[in-house]
Amino acid sequence: MIFSVHVEVRLRPGIADPQGSTIERALPSLGFDGVTGVRVGKSIRFTVEGADEASARAEVEDMCRRFLTNPVIEDAVVELTAAEAAGASS
Amino acid sequence: MSRRVGVVLFPGSNCEQDVLEGVSLVEGQPEVLWHGDATVKGVDCVVVPGGFAHGDYLRPGAIARFSPVMSAVAEFAAGGGPVIGICNGFQVLTEAGLLPGALQKNRGLKFLCTTVPVRVEATDTPLTRSADKGAVLRIPVNHFEGNYTCDDDTLARLNAEERVVLRYVENPNGSIDDIAGICNEARNVVGLMPHPERAASELLGSSDGLPLLRSLVA
Repeated sequence: MIFSVHVEVRLRPGIADPQGSTIERALPSLGFDGVTGVRVGKSIRFTVEGADEASARAEVEDMCRRFLTNPVIEDAVVELTAAEAAGASS
Repeated sequence: MSRRVGVVLFPGSNCEQDVLEGVSLVEGQPEVLWHGDATVKGVDCVVVPGGFAHGDYLRPGAIARFSPVMSAVAEFAAGGGPVIGICNGFQVLTEAGLLPGALQKNRGLKFLCTTVPVRVEATDTPLTRSADKGAVLRIPVNHFEGNYTCDDDTLARLNAEERVVLRYVENPNGSIDDIAGICNEARNVVGLMPHPERAASELLGSSDGLPLLRSLVA
């Protein structure tokens, strides 16, 4: 089976985010008031083959731990959808 | 016989020539270690220099750590061999798990290119053994992601075990506890953001890097 994967890489809670705080400080100068808690992350999309959803997810989580994130400062949220099944049903 | 210092060259390294020249100045024998070769060629000391290894894609050091040479560097370090990571080299060593913590974007998103005073906090490392404890050295920094961070337990251990090797006198980038350089538990792997090779002659504005370069060949 082929799965579409979206990995959202986020700074872990409590880790300072200089990009987020710079954006947050810039927004009021454009008239956007009341914005707080800005955090900047990364979005990574790809497709992956796997026997089933559980094994594909396990592989993506291993990728996140070993390569796509730096676990010292980052977390990942993985979204996985079966691309092939969606194609077959149309 | 002079000590052989291997300088790792990745695609995107840009400080390797300065390190090679600095090692020659202190009468060491420098040589280049190619990233694609899984060997450190029997050198006495390895330097991972500054630059933008593999374009800093994904994160600085994230791709470089998988280079064939890095498995040889890790093996050399595990055997007690001295390994020094300067700037991008420090980022590579943290990504490779040879040093704890991580280097984040500077406080205020400021790219730094200036000379700063740093204090020598420990002299029992391969980078500082020819320096004086407490000495304040003027050494250039040149980085965007030099803001050292780690969890509270790691920081407590670094301090308790006197593994902070260099500290900024005035913190330029937001690094936790003013950390400019640290070493591993065995004290043979050292990472630092400042560039001692760029302070190797008064002609360059400072020769304060010389005691650190001399340490590599001592």
